[in-house]
Amino acid sequence: MNALLFVEPGDDLSLQALSLARSLGDVKAVSVEGPYAPAAWAAAIATAAGDADAIVAAGSDRGNELLAHVAARLDQPFAANVIEVDGDVVTRVRWGGSLLEQARLHGSPKILTVAPHSQPAAEAVPVEVLAVPADADTSVRVVETVSESGGGVSLRDAKVVVSGGRGVGSSEAFAIIEELAGLLGGAVGCSRVVTSAGWRPHTDQVGQTGTKISADLYVACGISGATQHIAGAKGAKKILAINSDPEAPIFASADYAVVGDLHEIVPAISAELRRVRGS
Amino acid sequence: MVLTADEQALDTKHLGFTISPHEECGVEEAVRIVEAGGGEVVVLTLGPSEAEEQLRDCMAIGADRAILLKTDGVEWDAQATAAAIVDAVQSEEPFDLLLFGNESADSGNYQVGIRVAYALGLPVVTGLKKIEIADGRARVERDAGGPRDVYEVPLPAVLTVLEGLNLPRYPSVPGRLRAKSKPLAVVEPQRPDSKLEKLRLVVPEEQGKQAEVLGTGADAAPRIVEVMQQLGVA
Repeated sequence: MNALLFVEPGDDLSLQALSLARSLGDVKAVSVEGPYAPAAWAAAIATAAGDADAIVAAGSDRGNELLAHVAARLDQPFAANVIEVDGDVVTRVRWGGSLLEQARLHGSPKILTVAPHSQPAAEAVPVEVLAVPADADTSVRVVETVSESGGGVSLRDAKVVVSGGRGVGSSEAFAIIEELAGLLGGAVGCSRVVTSAGWRPHTDQVGQTGTKISADLYVACGISGATQHIAGAKGAKKILAINSDPEAPIFASADYAVVGDLHEIVPAISAELRRVRGS
Repeated sequence: MVLTADEQALDTKHLGFTISPHEECGVEEAVRIVEAGGGEVVVLTLGPSEAEEQLRDCMAIGADRAILLKTDGVEWDAQATAAAIVDAVQSEEPFDLLLFGNESADSGNYQVGIRVAYALGLPVVTGLKKIEIADGRARVERDAGGPRDVYEVPLPAVLTVLEGLNLPRYPSVPGRLRAKSKPLAVVEPQRPDSKLEKLRLVVPEEQGKQAEVLGTGADAAPRIVEVMQQLGVA
């Protein structure tokens, strides 16, 4: 058995995908050089795959996109976000992780991406850098990259995310969330209720259809903890939930729990941080 | 989450259905594009007859007509879904723009829009949070983890979108009334054998997390800061 693995250099998710790919057979790891052009990159991957039995990538935005292109090119089925392979049966993540599906993947080669954080990262292996084939379609490519103005810590990469939900109550009341996030050098997040109400921009939304975070600590304030929200928060190493309702589902996903009114607790945390820092 | 006895679906006896967030933004975007530049918005879904309700919702916010690719309720895999959509699209006058949600909330296959684009020979850009249409071209942006990548494609094209693209409007009462009389065509495609053949759904084992209670109310602040220091974030 031979597996072709697409890797993004320096990406931990690619090393996690390598762990699963190894269970399928001998792995040839490849990346593609040049500006990102999905159809052209997929052509390079499909060509390099030759008669490989499997084509694998991380279940990242790019991995899922590229292997969908590869699958469409080859007219083969594609299983996204797989956590386990047993013969031709794959177990994959659905509903943002709330449900698993076991499915028979009838394709050849087997085309699949690996669900983030479902495998340990493997040691890096040598990567062959592919050139885009001369006749590949590069008409869809990145023409420009725009940086976010204003800077700040990006939600996806922040070490700490302080997040507010319906319990915060208003756009103005997010000042206490911003203050604490600022003191911790972290980013502000929120739940979907908050963006739908227009209290915060969608770029702050943590969840299945928002940003999936990977912080060391996620502080969830006044967030009930719907499964779609947890899907975006569970990449955090630790979750601290602050909620006035002791029955809130968020506590089932939390490592630390504080019951009470966030409007008192959050400013108290900020004050305590200032106190211990002696300012 | 509770499964049906045959483990093929969620038990939805006590649940409602709704359009996925990404698709909801796609419909809103289509309506805005046509409001600005003229044209027609056609909304299409593949699903059981009950999906008419979501199609009517889309027409209530401004879509002009709808196509239901009616199934018997059994789930179709992504390849079969894409093929049925391609057939439906090819039986219409050519569209300038085909909008899809980037991935569905339930099956999360990440591929239907891309497959449709390949079958129709159209360019495709996925995961978009901004779309500008001018002079027969689309200038679109996708989040690249902080910075945003910009693409430009000529129309016709396939674009797949994410929530955050816009803030969808709520349907008005007159909108809902108008939606009742807008045209809805029903087509019953034949389901081919699944190549990603669902065997069963499984509810994942609970992680069995037991949260450590740090206290109640503002009095918990010192203990919270202590934990933050232990985690190296304060």
